[in-house]
Amino acid sequence: MATTGILLCGVGGQGTVTFSNILTKGLMDLGYDVKMSEIHGMAQRGGAVTTQVRYGEKVYSPSLGFGQADIIISFEKCEAIRNIAYLREGGIVITDTCELNGLPILQGAAEYPHGILDELEKTVPNVMVVEANKVAAELGNVVVANIVLLGAMVKAMHLEAADWMGIIESSVPPKTIDLNKAAFNAGYAM
Amino acid sequence: MSKVIMSGNEAVARGAWEGGVTVAAAYPGTPSTEILENVALYKDDIYCEWAPNEAVAAEVGLGAAVGGARSMVTFKHVGMNVATDPIFVAGYTGVNGGLVFVDADDPGCHSSQNEQDNRWYAPHAKLAMLEPSDSQECKDFMRDAFALSEKYDTAVLLRMTTRVCHSKSLVELGDRSGADVKPYVYNKEKYSLLPANALKRHPIVEDNLRRLAEDAETLPFNKVEDNGSDTGVITSGISYQYVKEVFGDSVNILKLGLTYPFPEKLISDFASKQKTLYIVEENDPFLETEVKALGFKCVGKDKIPGCGELNSAVVKEALTGVKDPSVYEVAGEVPSRPPMLCAGCPHRGFFDVISRSHKRLVLAGDIGCYGLGTYDYSFCMGAGFSSTVGMAKALELQGDKRKVLGMVGDSTFFHSGVNGLFDIFSTQVNVIACVLDNSITAMTGHQDNPGTTKNLMGEDKPAISIEAVVRAIGFTDENIRVVDPLDIKAMQAALNDGINHTGPFVIITKRPCALIKEVRKANAGKFYKVDTEKCTGCKVCIGVTCPALSFENGAAKIDPAQCTGCGLCAQKCHFGAIIKGGEF
Ligand SMILES: Cc1ncc(C[n+]2csc(CCOP(=O)(O)OP(=O)(O)O)c2C)c(N)n1
Repeated sequence: MATTGILLCGVGGQGTVTFSNILTKGLMDLGYDVKMSEIHGMAQRGGAVTTQVRYGEKVYSPSLGFGQADIIISFEKCEAIRNIAYLREGGIVITDTCELNGLPILQGAAEYPHGILDELEKTVPNVMVVEANKVAAELGNVVVANIVLLGAMVKAMHLEAADWMGIIESSVPPKTIDLNKAAFNAGYAM
Repeated sequence: MSKVIMSGNEAVARGAWEGGVTVAAAYPGTPSTEILENVALYKDDIYCEWAPNEAVAAEVGLGAAVGGARSMVTFKHVGMNVATDPIFVAGYTGVNGGLVFVDADDPGCHSSQNEQDNRWYAPHAKLAMLEPSDSQECKDFMRDAFALSEKYDTAVLLRMTTRVCHSKSLVELGDRSGADVKPYVYNKEKYSLLPANALKRHPIVEDNLRRLAEDAETLPFNKVEDNGSDTGVITSGISYQYVKEVFGDSVNILKLGLTYPFPEKLISDFASKQKTLYIVEENDPFLETEVKALGFKCVGKDKIPGCGELNSAVVKEALTGVKDPSVYEVAGEVPSRPPMLCAGCPHRGFFDVISRSHKRLVLAGDIGCYGLGTYDYSFCMGAGFSSTVGMAKALELQGDKRKVLGMVGDSTFFHSGVNGLFDIFSTQVNVIACVLDNSITAMTGHQDNPGTTKNLMGEDKPAISIEAVVRAIGFTDENIRVVDPLDIKAMQAALNDGINHTGPFVIITKRPCALIKEVRKANAGKFYKVDTEKCTGCKVCIGVTCPALSFENGAAKIDPAQCTGCGLCAQKCHFGAIIKGGEF
């Protein structure tokens, strides 16, 4: 079996770490060999971050090159575009509509390209736009936007067979278990 | 036993525990930092500490090893430069308890000033070298390194790279053994490298390495995968994974786990059987140089890039000419997203003030979160102070009237900045030396340092006062200022005093990092808001470049979720349009 590559991208502090922790546990639960690579030098300081996950019967490289991701999960819409070179032909993009201003925008040297998702949809056939932040806020807390995206990804990649509820229970703070489960289900239902 | 998923760094910590380590020291540095943070999980079994710098860490480790304890020292690649004096000594003294230096290189410069390839240090300093390629090997090699170190009386270099440190893969765990501390036995000839002793040690050291080189031919760290091909690849570390990804079982592979001393016979046997021989390694031609010295033709750096990080796509294109296409191109520009100072960062006030006097100053930067601020140049840790002496001389020689202002953080002050300050004071040079004290080693993720009140094992410890150290050097009220950098008036006054003073001048900016837990708690609920009636849209506040501040519909806007209530922007506003919201 060929390996599958997942690229998560977003901005430091958006919860990509929790996402990938739960994801890798789920993939292990499904009996896959899993490798995950995350570069976190300056993660807390608002910079762009990516995490790469690969799974299959046997995985060698923990990282992905251009054209090697089966799916891109983007926590911020500009980041989906920034990393689009990683997507393989026919790959899927799931992106939040979240907009976060980087330094050049804050300094007034650039403007946020609000219409960029239309461009993405024009080019990439499989784009799924998930209003994860909005859904999470409606559920009670924006911090679970990452788990909304996880639910959507599990559906898109047909990974239902893992015990996601059990893994969420053992991975998140006890007080937030129900919220996280609801977020997962909301994402899955999209 | 079931497997767990671990990063390379976590696995090294686990391997250290399994391998019987009882003493561990380090100075933080990406991508190595999490190793000691994870060793601290075993603090009941392992004494561990953040040392003030890598040289101290290495000397703590060497002292412990000579004393009989299995010990480890970790650093990032440039940290190893700082530690090389004791490391080269360890190459000659050998060990009593096993000693492992764990080095993390950073191909791709994800968070470093260069791509130096520290494998060269192994032959240079006469260390044995192991190179793991995934988390399981990180754990196993680390565990086995101690017995190796003791058997061959040689310090071991466990050499990792960012991708090995920060990628996770499955690991089977084992038990702890070898933790009994050996008796310390007086042996001055071995452990005191006076010239006469050192000269006697040298042939012994060479002999130990020769013994290891002979055994390396059959040690299980090195593996041959004979797949009946006429093409062979010699590789090590993470590059092995890329080779397997690209070629699978279609080529023969010599995977070297013990990359110094070289198993010459193994390499020669393998190389002589291949019609085509590739050497796949990141950065420098370390293995390639050896293979060529043994007299074999091979394809290496003429095809595989020596600059930047490798991945399987790069290796594939280099060796097969086949490129995985980037299929999609989206029209339109995406603005860059570099890291920036956090909302509430005390450094922001400092930079706001000094950058307005930038024309009159040459700013010597250093490495830390303040590397995200304004400066003319930045070299390496400590140079933010020491280089000012040389720069001031050079400016004086060319009649340039600008004053030099150097900056170091609190952790950097203790690391090596203080040595530069000795020189600044001794030479009475006309510079301003600023310590940006945010009470933590922030850039690498909040490690304690000599100025904080906790140690790595979570115990209370006495904090060293930077101001007291500066006064002990000889600075007095005349030429020291201690200010809150987020109080712009006070910060400006301190800078003006510094500029008007002749001779050395110290400014200590004191305010803890906004991400420290207690500070976060204290700031919870605090935020500022914009009175849109009063806001004229002049954008002066935007000039402080805070992630909580943006400009929308002709007025400033503050995100209350990100704002910490530091009030810097409010001080900047000429119209009183930024006012307190939330609970102060
Ligand atoms: C020789 C060396 N060791 C370690 C590092 C990694 N490093 C970069 S910045 C930094 C900490 C700086 O802390 P501090 O001076 O307190 O500044 P802050 O980040 O808190 O502003 C460290 C350890 C390095 N770049 N060079």
